[in-house]
Amino acid sequence: MATPTVAIRSGRRPASGNQPVYLLALLLIGAMLAPVVYIIIGGFRTNAQITTDPAGWPNPWNVNNYLDVLGGEVFWREVINSTVVATSTTAGVVTLGLMTSFILARYRFRGRGAMYSLFAAGLMFPLTVAITPLYILVKTVGLMNTLPGVILPQIGFAIPMTIIILVPFLRAIPDEIQEAAAIDGCGRLGFFWRMVLPLSMPGVITVAILTFIASWNSYLLPLFILNRETTFTLPLGVQAFASQYSVDTAKVLAFTSLSMVPALVFFSLFQRRIVGGLTGAVKG
Amino acid sequence: MSSSNHNNVGGGAVVAPPPALPRMRKGRKGIGWPARLEIALMTGPTLLVFVTFVILPVAVAAYYGFFSWQGYGPPTNFVGFRNYILIFQDTTFIDALKHNAIIVVLSLVIQGPAAILLALLLNRKMRGQTLIRVLVFVPYVISEVVVGTGWSLMLQGDGAFNALLERFGLGWLHNDWLSDPGMAIWTLMGILTWKYIGFAVILFLAGLQGIPDELTEAAAIDGASYWQIQRRVTLPLLGPTIRIWAFLSMIGALQLFDLVYIIWGQYVAATAGTSTMATYMVANGRIAGEYGYGNAVAVVLFLISLTAALLYQRFVLRRDTEGAITGAGI
Repeated sequence: MATPTVAIRSGRRPASGNQPVYLLALLLIGAMLAPVVYIIIGGFRTNAQITTDPAGWPNPWNVNNYLDVLGGEVFWREVINSTVVATSTTAGVVTLGLMTSFILARYRFRGRGAMYSLFAAGLMFPLTVAITPLYILVKTVGLMNTLPGVILPQIGFAIPMTIIILVPFLRAIPDEIQEAAAIDGCGRLGFFWRMVLPLSMPGVITVAILTFIASWNSYLLPLFILNRETTFTLPLGVQAFASQYSVDTAKVLAFTSLSMVPALVFFSLFQRRIVGGLTGAVKG
Repeated sequence: MSSSNHNNVGGGAVVAPPPALPRMRKGRKGIGWPARLEIALMTGPTLLVFVTFVILPVAVAAYYGFFSWQGYGPPTNFVGFRNYILIFQDTTFIDALKHNAIIVVLSLVIQGPAAILLALLLNRKMRGQTLIRVLVFVPYVISEVVVGTGWSLMLQGDGAFNALLERFGLGWLHNDWLSDPGMAIWTLMGILTWKYIGFAVILFLAGLQGIPDELTEAAAIDGASYWQIQRRVTLPLLGPTIRIWAFLSMIGALQLFDLVYIIWGQYVAATAGTSTMATYMVANGRIAGEYGYGNAVAVVLFLISLTAALLYQRFVLRRDTEGAITGAGI
């Protein structure tokens, strides 16, 4: 447990009465990280070790589980599938969401309110409810067992939240900037490319991160659409691996912990943006 | 929003300033054909994807729900409301509904106060603040499948959790955390709290940052204690954030599927007392091959969520969301 101690050791000037606070924070972090640590450490043990002492430390440390997983084809294939799905979903959501939010925020036309309400109402249509007919729809259009069969619906379901977050962002750009751009000979679309895109970057990044993580972790939709093993994304892969090697607990733990690495890396790179973006979203 | 620019008062900006683009003045509604084309091109694809994959399936579910249909060919066996009658006669569904209700209430009662306390704690100036905030958020970022797989391995009868209890002399707490019907729903609540409390904490922290320091400082100068300030000043100001979180939490709890399905599987959830409407829908719809029935369950789930959402908006959220969800000035 290296990380939590940082909080204490670096407290060079212990503000009076802050010790209980640090103790609480320490307990909290322990509780939040213990299961994650269990998964990662467990992957370094052998099944014999796990059977004799389920809660023990690796003795000796054993990297074979991790090497096996990393050396196999299955893991990498699923990483690629997940990456393709998450990247395409994110690109699609950002492109469509930004264009539509731009129109909704800065054009005045009849039906604008209705269109915004339609998208906002989408928040009330969760994937869980739509999953059975969605499965039938995807089957009908011939996208079963293909990655677009997951990507397109995911874009659809991510659009409402995207628009709700981006429209206030785009509306907040002062009209004076647009007027100045127009005087300088910049048309509406030129304004979109040269001014709106750069200025809305913080909002776009927030949306992109949330979409990417949600897509990377999504389970229900791939579970219905992807039945062929070659198309599995990581969450499906973890589950398939866990049932296939149910007696090989150590290897399952290794596979599981490797599968959470990308999301964790991605998150730690952008965590500031996520927290900041949520602040904006809450204030609406 | 300040009204320094009169264009913003009526909500929404104007497309372009009249002098520079005189063509905007033409046309009855004040927009010209180029603008219309832009509107069509830039919203068309979004509308297409959204309507096809979000609105249409729900509408289709409502239609298929009136059929007895096994998923082959177009549905022909119209059965009226029979699916719906069967749903509410099935004690398994009623049980699932009860579990959902329990999960909604317990999520609010457990996660809400705990998250508020944690957010207040983490909002204090302290070293390592950023690191702590990030670590609290970690479980939220990990996928449900990883969480489910990890926890179910840990909580098995001969798993790490029971072993730890033994080691610390708490062997009397030893339990069948996953399979004991009296215990399983509490286990589920524990895992749900662990997984989702970080989201609540981050939301509340964001809300707390919006509260001006002057207010709490003024209260402190007036002699209010720390807890008095939190209770009388901070909490009321955090109200809108808490109410939005409660809304999201409620909807999430009603739709709960992933964790239950992964940990308890498609059949055991009912006997362990953790089944939800969504796991019932999947087990009795797609897996049983009764697509008409599954769609009817989806409609029931949707109507229950919608009713809950509308009631909540009507009675709780109204003062907060005026203009937020229902179109900020649109």
